[in-house]
Amino acid sequence: MIQGAMTEGAMTEGARAVAPDELLVVANLGKRFGGFVALENISLSVAAGDRLGLIGPNGSGKSTLVNCICGTLRNEFGSVRFGGQKLDGLDAHQRTHLGLARSFQLPRPFVSLTLADNIRIPLLYTVALRRGQHHTPREVEERCVDLLHGVGLGDKARRLPRDLTQVEMRKLELARAMASEPKLLIADEAMAGLTHSEIEDILALLVRLNEQGVTIILIEHIMSAVMSFSRRLVVLVSGRKIADGPPADVMRDPEVERAYLGQ
Amino acid sequence: MIFSFDLLINAIVSGILIGGFYAAVTSGVSLSFGILDIVNIAHPAFIILGSYVAYAANSSLGIDPIIAAIVMMPAFYVLGAGVYQVYYASFEKRGQESLRGLAFFFGLLFITEVSLVLYFGVDYRYVDAPYIGPSWHFGILDIPMRILVPFLVSMLLMAALQIFLTRTFIGRAIMAVAQDQLALRLMAVDPIKIKRIAFGISIATASLAGAFLIIIQPVEPSVGREYIGRVFAICVLGGMGSLPGTVIAAMLLGVVESLTSTFYGPSWAPAVSFGFLLLTLAVRPAGLLGR
Amino acid sequence: MRTPIFLLVWLAIGAAVFGVSLAIGNDYIFFAGYVVLQYVVLSTAWNILGGYCGYVNFGSAAFFALGAYSTVAIYKLITENDFYRMPMPVLMLIGGLVSGLVGLGMGYLTLRLRGAFFAIATLALAVVLQTLIVNWDFVGGSRGAYIIRPEQIWPFGNYIRYLFLIMLLLAIGAITVARLIEHSRLGYGFATIRDDELAAEASGVPTLRLKLVATTISGALMGMAGAPFPYYIGYLQPSSTFGLDYAVNSIAMPLIGGTTSWVGPLIGALLLGSLQQIATVTISSAVNLLIVGFLLVTFVIIAPNGIVGLIHTYLQRKPEDFVGRRHVEADVPGQVP
Repeated sequence: MIQGAMTEGAMTEGARAVAPDELLVVANLGKRFGGFVALENISLSVAAGDRLGLIGPNGSGKSTLVNCICGTLRNEFGSVRFGGQKLDGLDAHQRTHLGLARSFQLPRPFVSLTLADNIRIPLLYTVALRRGQHHTPREVEERCVDLLHGVGLGDKARRLPRDLTQVEMRKLELARAMASEPKLLIADEAMAGLTHSEIEDILALLVRLNEQGVTIILIEHIMSAVMSFSRRLVVLVSGRKIADGPPADVMRDPEVERAYLGQ
Repeated sequence: MIFSFDLLINAIVSGILIGGFYAAVTSGVSLSFGILDIVNIAHPAFIILGSYVAYAANSSLGIDPIIAAIVMMPAFYVLGAGVYQVYYASFEKRGQESLRGLAFFFGLLFITEVSLVLYFGVDYRYVDAPYIGPSWHFGILDIPMRILVPFLVSMLLMAALQIFLTRTFIGRAIMAVAQDQLALRLMAVDPIKIKRIAFGISIATASLAGAFLIIIQPVEPSVGREYIGRVFAICVLGGMGSLPGTVIAAMLLGVVESLTSTFYGPSWAPAVSFGFLLLTLAVRPAGLLGR
Repeated sequence: MRTPIFLLVWLAIGAAVFGVSLAIGNDYIFFAGYVVLQYVVLSTAWNILGGYCGYVNFGSAAFFALGAYSTVAIYKLITENDFYRMPMPVLMLIGGLVSGLVGLGMGYLTLRLRGAFFAIATLALAVVLQTLIVNWDFVGGSRGAYIIRPEQIWPFGNYIRYLFLIMLLLAIGAITVARLIEHSRLGYGFATIRDDELAAEASGVPTLRLKLVATTISGALMGMAGAPFPYYIGYLQPSSTFGLDYAVNSIAMPLIGGTTSWVGPLIGALLLGSLQQIATVTISSAVNLLIVGFLLVTFVIIAPNGIVGLIHTYLQRKPEDFVGRRHVEADVPGQVP
């Protein structure tokens, strides 16, 4: 049901009204760096509860798109709406408060804080603001450790990020994004370098999150993971969206094959 | 305030000439801050050091200050290379440039200034040369030679630097190191060595700039502090590492300072450059010819 | 240890210090002690923005001087002719308010810039403010301003003892504020700004707002430290009040002591401040500043975590014990947001 509506409306996004179950609507988004066009006329929408895969070759603009959606970068053209609200002009932290969360492709942990404290930050600065209830320190602490356990880092809660392997840092990155209890989570290449079983674990984690109602955008190069997880696939090449639809259809698209599936 | 056309023209011309000198002073910072992203706020201290070296050579051996400075440039280069090596090993490698690197240079600024006070005292020092004193009269223009000569040599210096940066291999490597260290490595060029060379050159320019300074005005150790604001204002306004931009910004600042000083009095002069800086940072951090 | 207990402990220590100083019988100890305590406040204040948030302020002297000059302005306005002497605590509040507001304004202009640009901007601001004061004849301009302070004040006797006590209380207040910040949500927020602003924003931390808070608190404390200064020194001149030695010391003391907690600036100020007081008497003040410069450069290279860091290494604590300390504190119920 959701997928059908998406493919049908995909080309006319800018023109029509926002349907009530659409959580994220990107309309004609464009971003330049000086003379370089990083993104051009990107339009897509994500329904609440959806599992969207975003793929494309390196340098195609996936992370730039994420940065524009989340407010780390400002897009010059187009707009982004989240839950019906226009995001343009809002700072990144305000978008996080609204329920948008992302993990960074290159992990950016808070190096002087323990893992538990890293997780604590979104709890203190996003979750606490939303609910308006006070959690006791003990509850916050438990939540931190729970989240770390969820990604397999529970026993390292008191360690510093510099003691972690690259892979563990990616997991921390994901856990920190999840800690803000988002409505929409964008996982930017969270699985690079993981073993097969670790990938399965993370996928299971994301599926569980999705079942709890969190909309997920998965950006990945690991095709097996993307294909099994996504209900819908968007392909970005050289800053343009060239495909948007059910994974099976997208994979058969000759343009996608030509531009991307050399991998 | 008596407004006269003569006064105005002379103020503008001397502003341009002083601006040329400012450009030479800033060239080192354009290299270290504009291109290498190292906030060397101790640069003015090295310039003052250059002034005193020129003074020492001039007063004891009678050597022309500019000649003395040129002779000393290699020594300053070595000093700069050494400072960079310490900076790199202690901060850049560990990723702590922002707080500790700044504090490091601040400490160096301080040590240099106080050492000069202890060695030379706080009296103003000046140099003697045939072009200090006479002025060149050209119509209504009245240009002191002691400002004209440094201006001319500054322009030579800027031209030489620009040619170096754009035409030689090392020069282009320096321009590249700011943007793409990986590409440099792939070309079997060590980025650290390139940065060291660049920083060495940066400090070497301070030797010459110091000689210009003491030709233009008498110098005492704390004079360097006025230049911190000027140098960074010009560097930022000029677009961070663009030498032509530096020259234009320097002349602009020179003219504004000169006009302020002539018509409002010299006690407001320090506020001009630092005010310029604040304004630039607030409004257009990319500078006039920004990257 | 909860904050009220911390405060009481330090007030007790302060009372003891004051008592011992009185017992020594030589008023010089109050003159020297005042300067050391002043530096405790300045370093602690600097560290809130510099150590906790990672934003270097080169213009500490300006905030200090603004506090001093607001006192001068008030003095010229009402005390000189009307002989109404405004109470010192009120002067301090006013000085703090003025400097705090300027800190807020400066922050608003410059905190969107990267750390390095911010640092340079603070330097620029200091010079601009100094130029403004130098050209403001009402407070004496470059000629300077004389403040006539009372000789005696009940019940302390010599007025300097009163000034010492005021500065002692301010110093205790400053370290209490620093510690309060450290163990609060604000402290966590500051740490994220220092570590990675982009990730902080993504986690929901309102970085600009927090930086403004830090700048304002830092500036206000420095202004409060400056407010009594004209009464201490008697004759105020812009060149020395805006002097570089305030800037260097307020940076050197936290960096040498250790920037990660309130302890570092305290240790740095007590050690370096006392050292300088002794050196100024025995050697020249220029050599004294040279030593500060050398110590700063040396510590920054060799001991990045300052004396506190060295102590922890010497006691061979694991870093987790040190960093995790905050977690232990937060276990006490009622302290989190």
